Amino acid sequence: MDIFLQQLVNGLTLGSIYALVALGYTMVYGIMELINFAHGDVVMVGAMVALTVLQALTGWGVPSGVALAVAVAVAMAVCMALGLAIERVAYRPLRRAPKLAPLITAIGLSIVLQQLAALIWGRSYLSFPSVLPTASMSWHGVIITAIQGLIIVLATLLMAILLLLVKRTALGRAMRATAQNPAVAQLMGVNTDRIIAFTFVIGSALAAVAGVMVAAYYNVGNYTMGFMLGLKAFTAAVLGGIGNLPGAMLGGLLLGVVEALGAGYIGDLTGGFFGSNYKDVFAFLVLIGVLIFHPNGLLGSRAREKV
Amino acid sequence: MPCPLLEAVRIGKRFGGLRALNDVSLALGAGSITGLIGPNGAGKTTFFNVLTGIYKPDSGTVRFAGEPLPAGRPHAVAARGIARTFQNIRLFSNMTVLENVMVGRHVRTHAGVMGAVFRTAETRQEEAAIRDSARKLLDYVGIAAQAQRIAGTLSYGDQRRLEIARALATEPKLLALDEPAAGMNASERMQLANLVRRIREDGTAILLIEHDVKWVSQLCDHITVLDYGECIAEGTPREVLAHSKVIEAYLGKGVA
Repeated sequence: MDIFLQQLVNGLTLGSIYALVALGYTMVYGIMELINFAHGDVVMVGAMVALTVLQALTGWGVPSGVALAVAVAVAMAVCMALGLAIERVAYRPLRRAPKLAPLITAIGLSIVLQQLAALIWGRSYLSFPSVLPTASMSWHGVIITAIQGLIIVLATLLMAILLLLVKRTALGRAMRATAQNPAVAQLMGVNTDRIIAFTFVIGSALAAVAGVMVAAYYNVGNYTMGFMLGLKAFTAAVLGGIGNLPGAMLGGLLLGVVEALGAGYIGDLTGGFFGSNYKDVFAFLVLIGVLIFHPNGLLGSRAREKV
Repeated sequence: MPCPLLEAVRIGKRFGGLRALNDVSLALGAGSITGLIGPNGAGKTTFFNVLTGIYKPDSGTVRFAGEPLPAGRPHAVAARGIARTFQNIRLFSNMTVLENVMVGRHVRTHAGVMGAVFRTAETRQEEAAIRDSARKLLDYVGIAAQAQRIAGTLSYGDQRRLEIARALATEPKLLALDEPAAGMNASERMQLANLVRRIREDGTAILLIEHDVKWVSQLCDHITVLDYGECIAEGTPREVLAHSKVIEAYLGKGVA
């Protein structure tokens, strides 16, 4: 039971991060039916920028709380600019091209971002400076660290803000209208180019925060870290029903939990033949299962509400 | 007409080898109701698409309120004051009735990104004003009771009304209706005619495509007839219906 609860907490932590990244995939898909495979690498850029800023600031003796806040802010700013640039340079010229063209562009872009990151930060691992509180609380034998608490609370807060933005504001309404029918939205005076650009910016801001979270959780950052994370977040988005915002959140959390429980029990279940290093397998088993048995995802339907 | 509200001069549009519009000209004044009629495939909807910036014309110019219209930029055309409805209804069918109309207010409001993210007092006031004016428009077209329903679940006639309310939300100077009476019974048509007249009285000019020649001629001040992408007649309903080419286009050669 202890292992179960502990892995549940670990899974929710990881799942919160997946959910933030999955939202970026699902929003872009919802609004332009594109799977932006470079999104995971935006997460990576966010993590690397934050690590760089943190290392510099802590080196100058800036208090850790301030350093962390500044690092997150800088990472968000850089990623938002990157998201804007990606949309403008890579995808907008292909707005009327066949669907395959932007998809291949996305894969190319992912490689480009990874190689640029390797040039800037090198190929070795950057370590996360010790700026985070190391406190933890124990409850019935389940340990929740301060980092886990922070990640879950912050991710929940960001997701709530995003839902409010999309459901309750004029801008969100314009996003939903663009997702349903861009041509008609334009006739209502919605500048759909701007709405699409804005969607990339929001997704990238969430990606930046997720990047910092991953780096903080695992204590490291590397130019390839976005690849697997991106694939898993994409899986989470498909699991929830791609194009559906609550679906991405649910899919992220579920995937995190499945992965954590799988990692926790796989050793016992296979008599030690497979270790917890096989945990990545679960995400893709889930992906295959969803695609076979419920291709629209948990909350998706054929006539789903997009964005 | 001293200075027409809309002046389309010699509009040409081809799709590959098909000449959809050939030197079509049309002018209409503020406060008028103008009909655009013609057989299927005459180019009526293509003309609407040029007018609302969806297509760029290959030749010719459209001037609106004395200035050229931005071709190929629908949201800019909406901002200049032309709104439209569609032959096949195109609502945001998963959004509520009220939200559909609120989207129409987008072009007349200014709430920016920062306002939306930080919920400033200004944004909240604007949002309240948008909601308020959207409700008034629903009342105006007679579907206020349906405000919270999902648009796709409305009856056909109410969906048409909602499209009109959404178009009116952009505060157009010209409202373009593409076959607004299609699929309506006689009493619905009469109600629609009354609504169109009321919109005109409240200061919006109307351009409408319609197949029902009798209905159009009772409603319109002026009619333009298209056939095979060309303007074959124009004038008052009485003049146009007496025109031999019009009778020929609708009924075939030999009748006239």
